[in-house]
Amino acid sequence: MTAQPFVLQILNALAALLLLLSFAMLAQRRVVTLVNLLALQGAVLCAATLLLAWRTGEAHLYFSAALTLCLKVAFLPWLLHRLIRRLGVYWDTDTLLDTTGTMLVGLLVVVFAFGLAQPISALASTATRSAVGIAVAVILLAFLTMITRRKAMSQVVGFLSMENGLFFGAMSATYGMPMIVELGVALDVLVAMLVLGVFFFQIREQFDSLDLEHLQSLKEDR
Amino acid sequence: MEFLALLGTPLAGALALAWFGARRRAPEANAALSLATLAAAVALTVRVFGAGNLTFFHEQFFIDPFNVFLVTLTALVGFTTSMFSRPYMRVELDHGRISAGRLRLYHSMYQLFIATMLLALTTNNLGLMWVAMEAATLSTVLLVTLYRTPASLEAGWKYFILCGVGIAQALFGTILLYIAAEKVLGAEGVSALLWTHLNAVKAQLEPRVLSLAFVFLLVGYGTKVGLAPLHNWLPDAHAEGPTPISAVLSGLLLNVAIYAVVRCKILVEGSLHSPLPAQMLMGFGMLSVVLASFLLWRQRDIKRLFAYSSIEHMGIIAFAFGMGGAIANFAALLHMTVHSLTKSAIFFAAGHAAQKSGTQIMERIRGLVTVSPTVGWGLMLGSLAILGMPPFGVFASEFLILTTAMREQPWATPILLIALGVAFAAIFGRVQSMVFGETTVKRLPHTPALLPVFLHLALVLMLGLFIPPYLAEWYRAAARMIGGG
Repeated sequence: MTAQPFVLQILNALAALLLLLSFAMLAQRRVVTLVNLLALQGAVLCAATLLLAWRTGEAHLYFSAALTLCLKVAFLPWLLHRLIRRLGVYWDTDTLLDTTGTMLVGLLVVVFAFGLAQPISALASTATRSAVGIAVAVILLAFLTMITRRKAMSQVVGFLSMENGLFFGAMSATYGMPMIVELGVALDVLVAMLVLGVFFFQIREQFDSLDLEHLQSLKEDR
Repeated sequence: MEFLALLGTPLAGALALAWFGARRRAPEANAALSLATLAAAVALTVRVFGAGNLTFFHEQFFIDPFNVFLVTLTALVGFTTSMFSRPYMRVELDHGRISAGRLRLYHSMYQLFIATMLLALTTNNLGLMWVAMEAATLSTVLLVTLYRTPASLEAGWKYFILCGVGIAQALFGTILLYIAAEKVLGAEGVSALLWTHLNAVKAQLEPRVLSLAFVFLLVGYGTKVGLAPLHNWLPDAHAEGPTPISAVLSGLLLNVAIYAVVRCKILVEGSLHSPLPAQMLMGFGMLSVVLASFLLWRQRDIKRLFAYSSIEHMGIIAFAFGMGGAIANFAALLHMTVHSLTKSAIFFAAGHAAQKSGTQIMERIRGLVTVSPTVGWGLMLGSLAILGMPPFGVFASEFLILTTAMREQPWATPILLIALGVAFAAIFGRVQSMVFGETTVKRLPHTPALLPVFLHLALVLMLGLFIPPYLAEWYRAAARMIGGG
């Protein structure tokens, strides 16, 4: 590999950190820690955006970083923590696969993601194109988290992590989406989480638990 | 002006009804707002009729032959459904299935839902289209769970998470599209996501990235269309929510989602010059038709039955768009129109039938005709129309699709015919025993609003016999634009 400017090396390190956090989330069984990891992932994403903004001088990237900070580092984790306390869901012990199995599948997913990202990074005009593969890997690992978990809360964390991956992908390949789209997406995520909060209380009121086992009575032949 | 009214009325209505949605006259206010939206849509249509394609707000919004009739259709069905929901929701309130507070939520979200669909249809910006599609899901999640029964919560959760994950795939597809577009159009301004700009340069877009983008977009928006095997949320959400919501989900949201898929297909096909997008659409479409028509046999719930029928018809539409070419596209557009009108009419009739018999289980609904001839005949005629009996419009579109398939994709014709036959037997047998025979049905305190049912069926009948020349012209222009084949 040729020598890269220092800033780019930091950016790549941050990208690697994002991937590492995705794996940590895949393995984590404590819901509180899961939310903390999500917040940390948001913080890394925010740092990467800031660095890129500083390097390219694109004003809207600063704005995007601020949005990430407010929404993904501060507000959403706060909301999720509040929900966890109020609803008393702390552990997600039941998973479809054990930790080792999930990790192995996760490794395969990463290899697949880099293959998938090949044509995209070939096209990307940005200096950070090696990060595109990592973004795809983060998206797919979040997807895996959602598939293997049973508790509604962990699925939501997986969903938000997927959103992080999408933003990182857009940022590293094109320096971010147009402002209006980014604002709209952020608004949707925010509303989704608020709807979800209402929704959790409805589920709890009805079943006294947030375990998705209860939500399996609607079958094809009903 | 008309355009501002079109988007502004339902948006303002959503805000106003969030405060006043539980008042005694709120159902009428809801209907009046929907009527105002319809008036704006008609005024806009008349203007397009004279002036041709229009753009608004620095090309952020546009009206062309492909979306103009969908805008009017959405406003029309939005209005008739609000007419239907007036007595329907009053009965639900009387039966104690919902409280006044939930009625307020219902009215507010109903208007918001219409607004998001109109936004998704008229926006020129593919990113905004994504935002509007996601907002359409979010505004209906709490409506699916309106009754707070365990089954409705499960349906709502499935709807939320499956469509959420699906739509995240579509966002990734949109990002990929943007990456490819930015190469050609440059990142300056926001023109790189404007559909009209992309359409102009589609031949220069990088094919490998675009084919990847299409896979994600099709899976993402396809989840909302209810294409098999991504259809799991659809029957649950339709069956467990209040019937007016089933009617607009099935009649309108599915149309808007398939509209998004086709918009993306036009771009990708222009770049790829390969049959990949067409084949994928045909494959998903065919799978949906076959799977849904066989699953129809296992249904016991009347709303689930017609939800599966919606999957089947979305499959037919996707298959027709996949075949492409002037005739198949024309037929698919016609099918979108008549399916939307017929299916919402059926849900109106089915909703009243279920309310009268106090159950959605079909075995316990008997002899509708003796107690309420209009509901009974509405359900019967609607079912005949959706099953493709002449002279209704569904017959015309299905006939066109089948004859084109015979010529273009001969392998598919027998499969389609068998699936349609299976669906016919499944639905007709069940509807017949619900409509005729000994009765189990009781009377309701509020007279049901059956005008919408017969209005829709009359329109479907008209489209089967005679398509107004300007509508046919729009269909043809849109079919040319969609291309393919």
